[in-house]
This record gives sequence, structure tokens and C-alpha cells, in this order.
Amino acid sequence: MSDQPLAAALAFRYAVHVMPKAGILDPQGRAVERSMPHLGATGVRDVRVGRRVELTVEATDEAAARAVVERLAAELLANPLIEAYAIALIGAVGGAVGGAAADRGSGT
Amino acid sequence: MTVRVGVVVFPGSNCDADAMHALALEGAEPVALWHESPELLGVAGVILPGGFSYGDYLRAGALARFSPVMRSVADFAAAGGLVLGICNGFQVLAEAGLVPGALVRNRSLRFVCREVTLVPERLDSPFTIAVGERRPLRMPVAHGEGCYVADDATLDAIERDGRVLFRYSRPDGTPAIGPDDAANPNGSLRGIAGVANAGGNVAGLMPHPERATEGILGSDDGRAIVASLVRSAAARAGGAARVVGSTGAGPTQRATGATA
Repeated sequence: MSDQPLAAALAFRYAVHVMPKAGILDPQGRAVERSMPHLGATGVRDVRVGRRVELTVEATDEAAARAVVERLAAELLANPLIEAYAIALIGAVGGAVGGAAADRGSGT
Repeated sequence: MTVRVGVVVFPGSNCDADAMHALALEGAEPVALWHESPELLGVAGVILPGGFSYGDYLRAGALARFSPVMRSVADFAAAGGLVLGICNGFQVLAEAGLVPGALVRNRSLRFVCREVTLVPERLDSPFTIAVGERRPLRMPVAHGEGCYVADDATLDAIERDGRVLFRYSRPDGTPAIGPDDAANPNGSLRGIAGVANAGGNVAGLMPHPERATEGILGSDDGRAIVASLVRSAAARAGGAARVVGSTGAGPTQRATGATA
């Protein structure tokens, strides 16, 4: 979404997806997976349970905002020893913002 | 003067009073350290106690790590100060990167609250010098996220460097190395119950020695670990500090006495 015209925005909303790293045991995902046959669902595998954190960052531009989110994700929202994270811009507020990204943002 | 050992109190700590009681039993002066204050009040050692700091929100220990007191604890540790994290305290140390690895959800997905046995891997650490011949050590665990994990390279390195301090064991003292061993309460890799940092002055331990300090509690084996910390802290504090055996069972006697 970096191609969206976000330059005039004052705040940017992100979703940070945190997932257990490959190879790290995810007993929660395993338990969820084992319950699925009780619903009659078969052929489902590799269930992993993670976490989604949404946050709004005030900054003069998207790059500055993203740098803040990167730091928060690496140092707080995820533990890099056991979790991987991905950052997605989901909205912006405060100025002439671009299309779909802004429409989806709650801007709170 | 008596050696002073701090016990950090986070919002949600619930083993701080037990830790202070255990320290007093071993002749130390326990000092409560409030999480919002960076002052360590001149202590010669620090315990991060068990509990549910900051409600265990996000990940156990993840928010406590950024409290003002932890910056001071990190500086204290970097200067060689003795720090013992117990249960949630271990989780805080791991989140802070002060000990290797991480603690994740128990393999069983259940909160495990029961007595376990563990064996020390070495007796020359500041946290085991008073263990003597006493083993396996019996004490409780009480945690939902106590499964110790690290990548293979880290596990190999800490094994090689003697940084594994304790492993869960069967009642006969055989280490419960397999993650599915019934004596391994949480599925910890290689049965690891306690680890130290590279300097050996910071240790994390999942079981609760401070809850096993008197016979009426079912075991007093935990005193060996608390006594080790107190004795080591006193030695580091220099000649000015000494340990007073307030119960007549001070650490020196314990280490050389009847330790079946």
C-alpha cells in the first residue's frame, strides 16, 4: 500500500500479525485442530494460532510511522525467539489519504 | 550488617512475600523493590518473584520487562550482580533477554500446579553452592507458560557452557529430558527447569524454591537454592555483610549438614 497517496496524513493505522515461528510448538493450534473433527470438518491441518494487534501511530509520514511500528513489533509485540511478525498498513487519517487503505482504517 | 537481597514487586506478583520469608529464613534482610522505582536500595542480590505481572498480558513477562525497575536490574546484572528469576520472574528475564530461551505455553495446554523433582547440573553456581548432596530437590511448580524452548544451536551452546542449572527429574533423580516424560511437567526441551546467563550471575528457574522452605509446606529443599543465593550475595557484598542464621539453620550448616 506504499503507493497510496498518504503524504498529508497525520496518523497511520497498522495491523501487526504475530505468529509462532515455524518449528516452535504451538499447543494452542494443535488443540484447536484436534477439536475440528467434532464439527465434522476433515482434511484440515497445520493450524497455528497467532495474534493480531492494531495500533494508530501519529507521524509526519508513513515511513516514520512504520519505523515506530517495526521497533514496537520487534521489541514488544513479538518475541523474535519464538514469534514472527508481519506489519500491514490498514488505514490513515488526517489528510488526503488514498483509497482502499483509508476506507478500511478505523482511525481511532 | 546483614546482607540485603531485593525482591521486586510488580503489579500481579504473588510470590513476593514468600520470597521475602525465604530470604529471612536464610538470614538475609529482604528488601521490597517497587516496580515503578529504579532504585535498588543497595541490595547485593535481586529476586524476581513468581506471579502474573501485568496480568500476563501479551506474553508472560513481556510488559514487566519494560518497567523502571527492570532497567536497573539489567544494569545490576550487567555489572555482575546476582539476579534470580523464579517462575514469572524467569519469564521476565527471558523476555528481557537476560537469560537465553523463552517460556511458552505448557505442552499440555493446562496450568500445572504440583510438586516436581529436579536435579542440579552443577554445584558451583552462585545459585547451587549450598545444594550439597541434597537431590533430587522437591518443590512445587505453578504455571501455564513454563515450557522452555530455544533453538538447537542455543540449547547446544548452553549445555556446552554449563548454563543449564536444573533439569526436571523423576523421583529417583533421573533427568526427565524428553518433552513428553511424565516427570517433565510442561514439555520443556531437554527437561530444562533452570538456566543461567553467560556470566553465570543471572538465573531463571521455573519451580518455586521459596514455596518449599519448611517441612510443614511439604518440603524444605527450596532452602538450598535460596541459601545459595544469600551466601553468594553475602560473599559479593564483601566483609561488611554477613548472614545471620535466624532460624539456627543457616546456609553454612545446611551445606555441610545432613543432606540426604
